[in-house]
Amino acid sequence: MAAFTLKINGREHQVDVDPGTPLLWAIRDNVGLTGTKYGCGVAQCGACTVYVDGQTVRSCSLPVSAVGKSEVTTIEGLTGKEAAAVQKAWAALDVPQCGYCQSGQVMSAAALLGLNPKPTDQDIDLAMTGNICRCATYVRIRAAIHSAAKTLEG
Amino acid sequence: MNAHVKHQASAGSLSRRSLLKAGAGLVLATYVARNGVAYAQDASAAKSVNIAPNTFLVIGQDNTVTVLCKHIEFGQGPFTGMATLVAEELDADWSQMRADHAPSNPVLYKNLLFGVQGTGGSSAIANSYEQMRKVGAAARTMLVAAAADEWKVPAGEITAEKGIIRHPSGKQSGFGALAAKAMQQPMPANPQLKDPSAFKLIGKEGVVTRLDSVAKSNGSAEYTLDIKDPGTLTVLVARSPRFGGKVASFDASAAKAVPGVVDVKEVPNGVAVYAEGFWPAKTARDLLKINWDDSKAETRGTAQLLEEFRARANKQGALVKQEGDVDAEIAKGGKLIETEFVFPYLAHAPMEPLNAFLHWKGETASARYGSQFPTPDHAVIAQVLGLDVAKVDLKTILAGGSFGRRAQQSAHVALELAQVAKAIGPGRPVKLVWTREDDMRGGYYRPFSLHRMRGVVRDGKIVAWSDTIVGQSIMKGSPFEAMTMKNGLDTTAYEGSNEIPYQVANFRCDLHQVDVGVPVLWWRSVGHTHTGYAVEAFVDQLLEAAGQDPVEGRLAMMADKPRHAGVLKAVAELANWKGAKVEAGRARGVAVVESFNTYVAQVVELSMGAEGPVVHKVWCAVDCGVAVNPDIIRAQMEGGIGFALGHILYAQQPLDEGRPVAGNFDTYRSLRINEMPQIEVAIVPSTQKPSGVGEPGVPPLGPAVANAMAKLGLPRPTQLPIRPGDTA
Repeated sequence: MAAFTLKINGREHQVDVDPGTPLLWAIRDNVGLTGTKYGCGVAQCGACTVYVDGQTVRSCSLPVSAVGKSEVTTIEGLTGKEAAAVQKAWAALDVPQCGYCQSGQVMSAAALLGLNPKPTDQDIDLAMTGNICRCATYVRIRAAIHSAAKTLEG
Repeated sequence: MNAHVKHQASAGSLSRRSLLKAGAGLVLATYVARNGVAYAQDASAAKSVNIAPNTFLVIGQDNTVTVLCKHIEFGQGPFTGMATLVAEELDADWSQMRADHAPSNPVLYKNLLFGVQGTGGSSAIANSYEQMRKVGAAARTMLVAAAADEWKVPAGEITAEKGIIRHPSGKQSGFGALAAKAMQQPMPANPQLKDPSAFKLIGKEGVVTRLDSVAKSNGSAEYTLDIKDPGTLTVLVARSPRFGGKVASFDASAAKAVPGVVDVKEVPNGVAVYAEGFWPAKTARDLLKINWDDSKAETRGTAQLLEEFRARANKQGALVKQEGDVDAEIAKGGKLIETEFVFPYLAHAPMEPLNAFLHWKGETASARYGSQFPTPDHAVIAQVLGLDVAKVDLKTILAGGSFGRRAQQSAHVALELAQVAKAIGPGRPVKLVWTREDDMRGGYYRPFSLHRMRGVVRDGKIVAWSDTIVGQSIMKGSPFEAMTMKNGLDTTAYEGSNEIPYQVANFRCDLHQVDVGVPVLWWRSVGHTHTGYAVEAFVDQLLEAAGQDPVEGRLAMMADKPRHAGVLKAVAELANWKGAKVEAGRARGVAVVESFNTYVAQVVELSMGAEGPVVHKVWCAVDCGVAVNPDIIRAQMEGGIGFALGHILYAQQPLDEGRPVAGNFDTYRSLRINEMPQIEVAIVPSTQKPSGVGEPGVPPLGPAVANAMAKLGLPRPTQLPIRPGDTA
């Protein structure tokens, strides 16, 4: 066990965990933010997607000891115009079914629009391939990202 | 719209407590708890249909209307569906509607098809269509009566619209202010329902949005894994790598030394690790040294099972259905076509692996998780803890998918949950968590099965059809056995194969029901997962041999199947089957399957990539009777298609000497967004009773893919998945 200071959503949190503990479990079990989900534990499904210094990361496979002073953003701390547009589109098109993967989908979608404000279907497929949805809401994910892109265009 | 979205925000995480705090008027939470499970075994009560609005509705003083949904919400939309039915008859405004899960109570909240509380068989809307409309209508009558009392006017002069109750004198009120008084009004036994022509919500486009979308887009929706009641221990169980194995001996010394580990106990299923959080529990479980006793375990692999199944399929099994004389017809000559189809074990792999939460306090206990069959779960928990069922409460919450996995006739997760709680004793709450690997290797699969098909084509017609099925029973030995087995045969092993929609003069369907020590379970569309493929790929093959068009040929044999024919015609029109100029290198295939009284036809357009078929587009026509929520129906068709496609292409759970091999999404490949086809859905208008949509989108996709491959000159795949070597 060791003490780490994690900066999550702009706030510092002290956690006392084994250094190998994946960031996911520190966020969920120690910090108590549960919007970030566990789906596979091996960086296959993307349900645990968070931002580390603005980059999308699979938090299930990043040990707490490797986070250092980086800024972590979870779905609870997701802000900005891309995120707002994505979440609005998600609700307007009723994207979620079971909803369990959707925090990760929203994190990836908002990140995509930050890098590419007008993605094509192919761009979307490429950026979102790491996020599995077992309900297969993919048709609506694509449509919602296009819709969010349109909102951002103004 | 903004107000609308804001209203949705809390829908997914409503608790009864917060509703009570909000000062709800028409609430009978206490009534529910008081009557609750005490009536669990009252058979006469179980036969009646409960429409008491107070059982299903909470009208808050703030005018919110919360519908208590007896079906679990894991994506298929019953929260929104139930709320639509109630709001329609209540004349509520959609923005005031909310939904929450009903607590466990087999009298008040039984599924009218099962007689106990449970979700399954795509039955939510089918079972609740009248009941929930009556609830809304009864509540409306009581609100109007309360207003008539209050305003001293005849009830007949009062109208209700969009959540406002009005009298021509100018008096008006929201529901909230009248709710308490409404509770004192007599409850109409048989309230009048609207004529469908007066519907404002049911079947309408763009007026109803899902009640759970916002909470599921911002991380606030609470699932079982998210429960963090103070003092909760995370529990992981080490289970036998083979089904039926038992712990012979174990050494937990290294596991117990992991910081955060509270205890390690042997439980009937294996060895349970109790820890402060998931990671210490997982770390410690990996350090357990366990010797397993496999003397009663299943040790056959899938290769061996396939050999055994094949050998059986050469002989006729127990007769399920027979018309004419298949053998005589085969002896007469003609073109005999024989095919075998092999279907692998499939895991459901819902996005949220299995889990459950229980706080045993000694004299009482509270369970909370995504329970799909609350009644058997509830009984098992009470039994293991040695408590009267009335001393245990069970609350269903949102679950991250199921596809059948959480509907356990054996209540095995509830059983394990209660056993781990019992092993450590009352006091601290326990959260039983299955890892992805536990979930994938934990059994309860879609049964491994084989169909041996034989058919005769003569003079351009199909004159004989024989389907010999070899498979495992899902229901044998379960509490549902009496309900779902006929003459000792499991109807879910052959459903769809015994009643094909085509007129064939000489027909036989027979079944070898085989015992294998691998637990199996219903998997999204159950028997139709394999019978749909076998029937629809085979009929296409026979029609091809007969020189007939796949659509016209099917229609010609469907004279007495108007709803099958209806969706087939609709999808042919949607896809422009006859007239479309299909791009070079692409081909189309079609299939039509009825399941759970819903009729679905699909046309698939694909090409062959370097590694296998690439599906570009799917057209889908569905007839589910009255369409309550058209957009949810479309969503379920889209999802069903994607779910089916991923499995047909990639998924299988092979057994190596009894041990399930695939453990995670790297070896049990799931469909990803780049493989998702475009989808167009047509809902065929119907005045028939509504039927479900959660499962029926699945079965036609696989055979439509096979049939499109055949158009490209490739064989229809006879052993699934199509790309078995692929991992992620």
